[in-house]
Amino acid sequence: MTTTLRGQNLLTLEDLSREAIVEILDTAESFVEVNSRTIKKVPALKGRVVASLFYEESTRTRLSFETAAKRLSADVLSLAVASSSVKKGESLRDTIATIDALGIDAVVMRHQSSGAAVQVSRYVPHVRVINAGDGQHQHPTQGLLDAFTIRQVLAERAGTTGRDSGSELFEGLRVLIVGDIRHSRVARSDIDAYVALGAEVRVAGPGTLLPPDVEHWPVSVVANYDEALEWADVVGLLRLQRERGSGSFVPSLGEFTQTFGLSVPRARRLRPETIIMHPGPMNRGVEIDSRVADLPSAVIERQVANGVPIRMAVLYLAVAGTRMESVL
Amino acid sequence: MSSLLLRHGVVVHDDSVAVGDVLVHDGRIVEVGAKVENPGGAREIDCSGSWIGPGFVDLHTHLREPGREEAETIESGARAAAIGGYTAVVAMANTEPALDNVALVSYVLDRGARTLIDVAVCGAITQGRRGELLAPLAEMAQLGVRLFSDDGTGVQNPLLMLRALTYAKPLGVRLAQHCEDELLAAGGSMNEGLLSSRRGLVGRPALAEELMVMRDIELVRHSGGALHFLHLSTARSLEMVARARLEGLDITCEVAPHHFTLDESSCDGFDPMFKVHPPLRTALDVVALRGALQGSDIDAVATDHAPHAPELKDLAFDEAPAGMLGLEHAASLTYEALGGESCDPVRFFSLLSRGPARVAQLRQGDARVRHGAHWAALVAGEDANLVVFDPARRWRASREELHGRSLNTPYHGRAMLGRVRATIAKGRLVVDEGELV
Repeated sequence: MTTTLRGQNLLTLEDLSREAIVEILDTAESFVEVNSRTIKKVPALKGRVVASLFYEESTRTRLSFETAAKRLSADVLSLAVASSSVKKGESLRDTIATIDALGIDAVVMRHQSSGAAVQVSRYVPHVRVINAGDGQHQHPTQGLLDAFTIRQVLAERAGTTGRDSGSELFEGLRVLIVGDIRHSRVARSDIDAYVALGAEVRVAGPGTLLPPDVEHWPVSVVANYDEALEWADVVGLLRLQRERGSGSFVPSLGEFTQTFGLSVPRARRLRPETIIMHPGPMNRGVEIDSRVADLPSAVIERQVANGVPIRMAVLYLAVAGTRMESVL
Repeated sequence: MSSLLLRHGVVVHDDSVAVGDVLVHDGRIVEVGAKVENPGGAREIDCSGSWIGPGFVDLHTHLREPGREEAETIESGARAAAIGGYTAVVAMANTEPALDNVALVSYVLDRGARTLIDVAVCGAITQGRRGELLAPLAEMAQLGVRLFSDDGTGVQNPLLMLRALTYAKPLGVRLAQHCEDELLAAGGSMNEGLLSSRRGLVGRPALAEELMVMRDIELVRHSGGALHFLHLSTARSLEMVARARLEGLDITCEVAPHHFTLDESSCDGFDPMFKVHPPLRTALDVVALRGALQGSDIDAVATDHAPHAPELKDLAFDEAPAGMLGLEHAASLTYEALGGESCDPVRFFSLLSRGPARVAQLRQGDARVRHGAHWAALVAGEDANLVVFDPARRWRASREELHGRSLNTPYHGRAMLGRVRATIAKGRLVVDEGELV
């Protein structure tokens, strides 16, 4: 168990303790304020170099990370893999060694293979590695920003702040995650974060899109989806990962939508305060009806907005290796 | 040719042991006994505390030549084999191109004949190992090929496998199957289970292996053919094979050291060094395999020695090639698995020498492949293919001290018990005190 992210890599949420997660959320909360200033920049990582290495294109996550690094005054080296020698058959080890030779403090890495960030962290032990999504394994900052968003919404409703509430608002919180759990790194990170914070997590989806041995995961599988919708305080939807071959796991998108899509009639089963989440990009009309996505209880845009402060917090703790001080 | 006198060793026969000496002269064993006179000029090696037995035979070696010489050659693989105590290896057919015709088989046999040890060939079952059309089994059999396999993958098509078994039967050869249904294995990279599921890696389920073992047992029953199961890795596979043998089917099998020393938890850190097909299984499977080694249902420990160039093991876990080195560590790992200090030397040599030699049909005086007597008793007149194994020797495996061309051992840093001191292959002392002569 890692009890603090300070000076550590962020590769997975699986071994991050509750206090480590709360520390990240609290740090992010301080950065929310920075992002509302006219001058959205603090000198926390001035002179530090953060490389962003995206083997898999993801405009939103990449922008979010690079924005976060720049707001901390770090220099950003952005490697466009599509136009680099990686396409010419360079190994993971050589690519990271080349970037490392330029002098970097951290690398933010997205890769199509599970475990790639873990492997890279062994090649460059002196560089902090931030996993920005690896295959079907983990997407730790997404899990953190989802937890952050839930805490933010619940704290506002309770008339308190996230920081004052710690992990209290997660105690017994009922979270339902729906859809393609099997192929989803977001689901894995979300589950780890929610469970660590004290929530009760259930999953729903077609049998083929549940992960093997799910009965040994720290979640339970819902028997009745409609009842689970009534049960949930939070519903997290997942994108059907068509590019990972999910298509052959269900007879058709239509049938998936019919059985597990959050349609308007199904959304009526939700309590009005139930939070609806989606990591994006959404397949509107597949896993979520457009009208449901635009309900007031859907916090999808807020999730995107929280990406920057969470990533600022992660970079700050991992790279600076200290608590928040007078940097603000 | 010079003479060699192995002194005061534990001489391991096929069902007994006796402390004594072994005299080798002119490439043959000339005397075995409690006390053998030095005829004069014979170099003496004090083998006190060590086991003297028939040289090890590996049924499953990937020598990578032709096609992947950067990873291993016939010559470099033979050196690694000699260090590991092997006096004969069977070269697998999945080279590039595959060993599916007389010309390529002859090439490997000729190159093999120039190495320190005997190199036999396992020919491909199907042309190009594509699983579509039979390779010329009869022609290759005339060159002395006794085993055929598409290893790397199994023959997926049941009709083709049935035909291969039926065709091979009158040739007196044996087919060897890599049992994994490729559709069920789904291109996965580790054992399917909780760990693969949590790590987001596509799993290769035990079912993929077991269903093919089950299928092939029935194909053997139907055809009356002879089949060898390569690297069985699950408890259930072993159970099915044991039952089939009891029923009298002509079935042999091997297990690989990595499957009885490592389990799937090694894959936790996404280190491609631990990626292999079939994958490392559960801790329970490891226990079952170790237990079975003590019984009589496993014919051989076979290495599945699979060298890969270092840069390929620096790829992401799911992109890296499967396979690990085995030749230099197999004997020590087998000794450990058989109970270390309580290891029965007869069983040890049965698994590493006599069993595999029987499966490979290595015969004395087989002119076609020029093999020595790898499975015979240790008596005067036999070709000298011997190994001296020191069961008390403690050492540490290291990737810096390997003798082949590749470094992909999963055992780097592992404490080992028991080590090959000397290898006498084709009548010559080729490894002396753990070093190549």
